Amino acid sequence: MAELAGKGENPEYLFWVGCAGAYDDRYKKVTRAFTKILNYLGTSYAVLGKEESCSGDPAKRAGNEMLFQMQALQNIEILNGYGIKKILTICPHCYNIFKNEYPDLGGNFELINYTEFLKDQADLGKLKTDSSVFGNTSITYHDPCYLGRGNNIYDSPRLLIKSIANAPVEMARNKSHSFCCGAGGAQMFKEAEEGNKEVFIERTEEALETKAEIIATACPFCMTMISDGLKYKNKEDSVKNLDIAELIAQSLNL
Amino acid sequence: MLTQIIFIAILIISLGILTYSLLRIASFFKLTQSAFPIKDFGKRINISLQVAFGQSKIFRLPLIGLVHALVFWGFLVISLGSLEMIVDGVSGSERSFSNLGWIYNFVILTGDIFAYVVSAGIIIFLIRRLFMSIARFKGIELKPKSKKDANFALALILLLMISLAGMNVFYLHVHSENPEGIYPISQFLVPLVHNFSEQNLQILYSVSWWSHILLIFFFANYLPYSKHFHVFASIPNVFLSSLEPLGKIPNMQSITSEVKIMMNPETAFSSPEDGTALITRFGVKDIEDVTWKNYLDSLTCTQCGRCTAVCPANITGKKLSPRKVFIDIRQRMNDKGPGLIKQGKDFSDNKSLIKEYINTEELWACTTCNACAMECPLNISHPNLIIDMRRYLVMEEAAAPAGLNMMFTNIENNGAPWQYSPEDRLNWIEE
Repeated sequence: MAELAGKGENPEYLFWVGCAGAYDDRYKKVTRAFTKILNYLGTSYAVLGKEESCSGDPAKRAGNEMLFQMQALQNIEILNGYGIKKILTICPHCYNIFKNEYPDLGGNFELINYTEFLKDQADLGKLKTDSSVFGNTSITYHDPCYLGRGNNIYDSPRLLIKSIANAPVEMARNKSHSFCCGAGGAQMFKEAEEGNKEVFIERTEEALETKAEIIATACPFCMTMISDGLKYKNKEDSVKNLDIAELIAQSLNL
Repeated sequence: MLTQIIFIAILIISLGILTYSLLRIASFFKLTQSAFPIKDFGKRINISLQVAFGQSKIFRLPLIGLVHALVFWGFLVISLGSLEMIVDGVSGSERSFSNLGWIYNFVILTGDIFAYVVSAGIIIFLIRRLFMSIARFKGIELKPKSKKDANFALALILLLMISLAGMNVFYLHVHSENPEGIYPISQFLVPLVHNFSEQNLQILYSVSWWSHILLIFFFANYLPYSKHFHVFASIPNVFLSSLEPLGKIPNMQSITSEVKIMMNPETAFSSPEDGTALITRFGVKDIEDVTWKNYLDSLTCTQCGRCTAVCPANITGKKLSPRKVFIDIRQRMNDKGPGLIKQGKDFSDNKSLIKEYINTEELWACTTCNACAMECPLNISHPNLIIDMRRYLVMEEAAAPAGLNMMFTNIENNGAPWQYSPEDRLNWIEE
């Protein structure tokens, strides 16, 4: 972003990569898949790079409001400094906090989750997907809580899956009834409390019951949990966990 | 004339006791904190029509949801009839509203049908509670007292319906020539009491009438001490719902100016702006820290357990039960509220909501997935309150689990929850 601003250019979108998108080895592949699609579409975008910092979601949900607000005010200063209007996110936690919690602190941006962005591009005829790669592969979709219940985004990811294969096979608990992967609310960063089962195992088992060959996710934390679940169930070779961005990129042979 | 005086006396006593109970609850509200400003009345009316009157969220469990919706709609119609009974009782007349014509006929007709529908519904509810093993009617938070309360309230409603049906049947028989209103179901039950003498029927009608109205007075006065207070609290609670997306956890505005001062070295040593000096505590430790909305949520909760039944932490055997949080809030207010009112805000009973009522293990098990809030038929918001209690643990007691403290340090030092350098933020491009 700093480079483009130096040249006086104003990209249409800021792509907010997020910490998992930047650092998590598995999820970096999702970041790359999404940027490949953006480049394929010829979208005008930039990233903040080294100026990006944690949105503050895990701090906030762990109760550290002070740290969250410090992160938020810093981020808002940087984003406003570049005059950014539209932010594209792949991480639903970043999406939610920018959309719902930054405005009260002076950060007013138009937030677009990548599944909605891709669906809009498909509606505009710019993103042309077909089922030549995935054919009849059966795919199930796990709703991230912060996209689904949190922000009412249930249809776009499903329509995208339908555009490259069959409509997703639904798990027993889906859409607003969906079952959490277990990582939200800062659980990702701590040991689970004592219980008789791990949340991610419960959800992975439910996904496996659909007999789908691919479990599609749309959140870095969900991906970590479901991938761990597949390893735990010794299914990592037979069932794949892919992000919606990876599915679309693969369907376009990118 | 004498019965009129007796009726008025009973009415005044009932209303007096009810006023006392409601004022007690109102005085508890005065102990709570502000939540959000009430605006957008159009949206609020809309949400009340959908969620409260339309029962939209109760239908997330379609079958038993329908039974509840029928009981609720019946309650609305039958309440209109009860209003007439009060006017009759005070004025010493009979069927005061009958000159309303077709509206009256419609209300009586639907009321008569609902008397039987509601009875059937209540019997189904009682069978489920007494003879079936339903997971959400269990749980550590449901003490024997709560179970008795549930069954007692259901039994009262059943008696209310039986007395109403009795009233209708006996009324039809006494006024067989020219009855006011239409009674589509009760008319078929008239032959059952055919052999009764005219005098006995008149007595039975009076007994039914008095039983019904006295049960209403008793029920109204029982509610403020029962989980069934949701009869009073639920419609206001839905009207006063948060209108924000479930994903939003409101910011603590009280600390924003403090954070700004900390971040700006020039103002770091100047005096804090107005407002910041008012912060007495970060987050929720005890009952005086909760908002009026949290307390209203606790009065609204009828312990149906739909929240707990969908909670991922609870399902996987963790201690958290979203329902328990609100049962504890109401109980804590009953326990500490009177002392706070008498002795002021310094009152202490050496206990607090966190620890003695809700332990930290419950609070840390929440994934903020919002399944509970999505499920609650009355728009109670559980995750926001849980985060408020975490705020107390983190910002007042620095008592977060080790993993979270490490995450905080990482964000502070390198702007990411993991220990990676900001210099490496663009490494994803090269691989």
